Amino acid sequence: MSPGGADAKEAPKYTKKDFESDQDVRWCPGCGDYAILSAAQKTLPDLGVPKEQIVFVSGIGCSSRFPYYMNTYGFHTIHGRAPAIATGLKLARPELKVFVVTGDGDGLSIGGNHMLHVLRRNVGLTILLFNNRIYGLTKGQYSPTSELGKVTKSTPAGSADRPVNPLAFALGCGATFVARTVDRNIPHMEEMLRRAARHRGAAFVEILQNCNVYNDLAWNVVYDKESRLRYELRLEHGRPLLFGPPDERQAVIMDGVVPKVVRARDVPESVLWVHDEKNANAAKLLADLFAPEFPVPIGVFAAIDAPVYEEIMLEQEQRAISERGPGDIARLLTSGDTWKIT
Amino acid sequence: MGEVAAAVKGNGKSLKGLDRAVVRFAGDSGDGMQLTGEQFTTESAWAGNDVATLPNFPAEIRAPAGTLFGVSSFQLQFGSHRVYTPGDRLDCLVAMNPAALKVHLRDLKTGGLLLVNTPAFDRRNLDKAGYAANPLDDPALAERYRLHKVDMTGLTHEAIKDLPLNTKEKDRTKNFFALGLVSWIYTRPLEPTLEWIGKKFAKNRDVATANARVLKAGHAFGETAEIFNEHYAVEAAEMAPGLYRAMTGNRALAWGILAAAQRSKVPVVYGAYPITPASDILHELALHKRFRVRTIQAEDEIAAVTAAIGASFGGAIGVTGSSGPGVALKGEAIGLAVMAELPLVVFDVQRGGPSTGLPTKTEQADLMQALYGRNSESPVVVLAPATPGDCFYVAYEAVRIAAKYMLPVVVLSDGFLANGSEPWLIPDPETLPPIDVQFRTDADGFLPYLRDPATLSRPWVRPGTPGLEHRIGGIEKQDVTGDISYDPENHDHMVRTRAEKVRRVAQEIPPTSISGPATGDVLVVGWGSTYGAITAAVERAQRAGQAVASVHLRHLNPLPPDLGHILREYRRVLVPEINSGQLVRVLRAEYLVDAVGFNRVRGLPLASDEIHEAISQLLGSPA
Repeated sequence: MSPGGADAKEAPKYTKKDFESDQDVRWCPGCGDYAILSAAQKTLPDLGVPKEQIVFVSGIGCSSRFPYYMNTYGFHTIHGRAPAIATGLKLARPELKVFVVTGDGDGLSIGGNHMLHVLRRNVGLTILLFNNRIYGLTKGQYSPTSELGKVTKSTPAGSADRPVNPLAFALGCGATFVARTVDRNIPHMEEMLRRAARHRGAAFVEILQNCNVYNDLAWNVVYDKESRLRYELRLEHGRPLLFGPPDERQAVIMDGVVPKVVRARDVPESVLWVHDEKNANAAKLLADLFAPEFPVPIGVFAAIDAPVYEEIMLEQEQRAISERGPGDIARLLTSGDTWKIT
Repeated sequence: MGEVAAAVKGNGKSLKGLDRAVVRFAGDSGDGMQLTGEQFTTESAWAGNDVATLPNFPAEIRAPAGTLFGVSSFQLQFGSHRVYTPGDRLDCLVAMNPAALKVHLRDLKTGGLLLVNTPAFDRRNLDKAGYAANPLDDPALAERYRLHKVDMTGLTHEAIKDLPLNTKEKDRTKNFFALGLVSWIYTRPLEPTLEWIGKKFAKNRDVATANARVLKAGHAFGETAEIFNEHYAVEAAEMAPGLYRAMTGNRALAWGILAAAQRSKVPVVYGAYPITPASDILHELALHKRFRVRTIQAEDEIAAVTAAIGASFGGAIGVTGSSGPGVALKGEAIGLAVMAELPLVVFDVQRGGPSTGLPTKTEQADLMQALYGRNSESPVVVLAPATPGDCFYVAYEAVRIAAKYMLPVVVLSDGFLANGSEPWLIPDPETLPPIDVQFRTDADGFLPYLRDPATLSRPWVRPGTPGLEHRIGGIEKQDVTGDISYDPENHDHMVRTRAEKVRRVAQEIPPTSISGPATGDVLVVGWGSTYGAITAAVERAQRAGQAVASVHLRHLNPLPPDLGHILREYRRVLVPEINSGQLVRVLRAEYLVDAVGFNRVRGLPLASDEIHEAISQLLGSPA
């Protein structure tokens, strides 16, 4: 049933070029979306899925122009609804490899409800959420991930709403795969896309992305060389949570039930927090860590096995057919209480 | 209630023949009146009568017992001729408590049969119903109606006193006493109900025994008690020969979709969010996975319709169903299906509104919403079934048109059709028109918006087809290529093309059938569930020798090509609707005819009497 499974035909050897469409890319020069597009086009050949089996579904916003630039099937829909559209598509065609491309406004504001449900249902979708903490297409209003007090056109005195944390949200919804990567860290982004695309069920990837026009360097903490060296924490399964420059390595440990940063050399190896992708509870604690009090974790926070929505639905259908045969409308119409008039 | 014959049987009770009767069972929400009415309907259908029903129940699931707003009722008309409506005035009212009497007595004909359950008329229930004194003690009641005071509760308990059930459980069976009694009064067969009880309570033998025994006790009470000196027979109706079943509108919509799925060999995805009175379509479809109908109970109305659209993009038939408030939420997404030119079927089971309105009551006020309730120029096809059984054909036709023309089709059912049932002549599915879905697989010369010259539909491509990878979406696109286009002339062209595509569906519409003379004084034009009331009123006028005809529209957009011509063949045009005048506005705008409306918006079906009255008035008015 899954793409690349036993019933899928073998994919030709693709290159990045095979996934480039004939459309001119129309994002602002310098936009972080270019790097994400390039990474997607570069990683798709590694999936071994025939390109006609791949669909990109998007909502509305700068990120949602993405499908036009991919030489696959694509559907640019309406604001916030891509997860629901993609759910219907997977229900109709479980064998397709479906990506959802969305942003912080599309996916967490107008489409927040759909995001919740697509994650809890564990629909087999790869969801890429470009988080630039601003509304770009509508020219610079604050978004649900903008920091408290954000001054924008719509909040000249500073925003009064606290931001949502996309990863904490996703984990709270019961997401079975949650990762974070950065548009300017191309090898890492490619690795995350590959991991997410191979996950069974809903995979949620937050991509920290730069809007150089309306919210430049919102993620400077992981762009600036010095800051990145100090704050970036690479999550790797089975490895301790260590970060910082080699001469002053720091560690995140648990102090009771509270995460805490300590100098690595001050603590014995036995108290180090070893990352476990299968531990969703630990992932929820990790999702709340951010600079400056804590490092900025990137990588796979959680990757859990769980029942997949469309697989359950199709199994029910196949069981019904195998037990009682395919539906027959003529028989249904005459079933139950009937009477004859002569 | 016309009497046609009379006979006296051995028990000294006379059997009178009737050609039709209208009966209403009314009681508390917990009294099982819907079930009683449904069973009485089945008995009448078995007896060979034509039947029309009107269930009426409160929106509250367990409304406080004994209150006026907690009253639930089920009305039906059965007859030896064609029955078009559940009837206007009652021949027989069963009132299980004071509240039911208070709410429904006004509909009982003078001299009508009134059966009441006396123990329920205690001080507490009288207070709740707002009766200062017990109405059963008022001699005027018995003078005006043929009142029968029956201790149904007591007789029920007596009949099953030896069964190991508690008082509450025993109480609950008293509706079968009422059913048994009324079944005797109208000489209905008990077999279908006994059979039903056996099946329904197969796992609880005591309850099955109790219900069966109480049913028979009610029947025997009618037969033996001194108070009933006559009862009635309604001869079997002259109905087309064939195999029949009882059909409700919601089930018929669901089965129409199943038939379309089987015939088209394309899976269906049905997206829905629970809403009264449309939820039963979801429940019904969810039972039939063998037809490759995949149901999703979505997180909201928008997800329900967008999941259907996503499925259509994937090469399935996307269907969503709701009521007016839900369809309002779906508006933007329906526009996406218009723009992306994908098949989509939307069921709107209309109810009283606006806002939450009257969730369990019927209305026809979503026509304008279906036609125009979206941003910009967003034309869709609109169909409306006329009877519960007709819902089957209309659902099937909606899928056929949506797939052939690649566009959304809205089906306007309503609460009356949804829950009402009729004896339905089972069709041979082979006689349904084919649904010939052709997915494009040829990459040679493929362009996403290259149109079929006859239908103007664009090619339907299943993702997964090699060489046809393409992108579509909600942004305006260039015709033929499907590339994004902001060109002013192209937009104007596309607006016209989308409208023309809907207009071309007119080629699917058969010649309009006129009931009555081809020219005359009054033409009554209706749509949807008013079919029965209009037909009964028009036939009555025709029997009086008046030059009155009727036309009932299944196709509301596009309208039938011959309609404009037909409208001009009559001196006056009358449009009865359960809204404040929506179709009449469309007809006036479209055809420049001076059509007048007859409008009542009470949450109830129109009565044929009042339509007849409106016809008479129009006949007397100058052109």
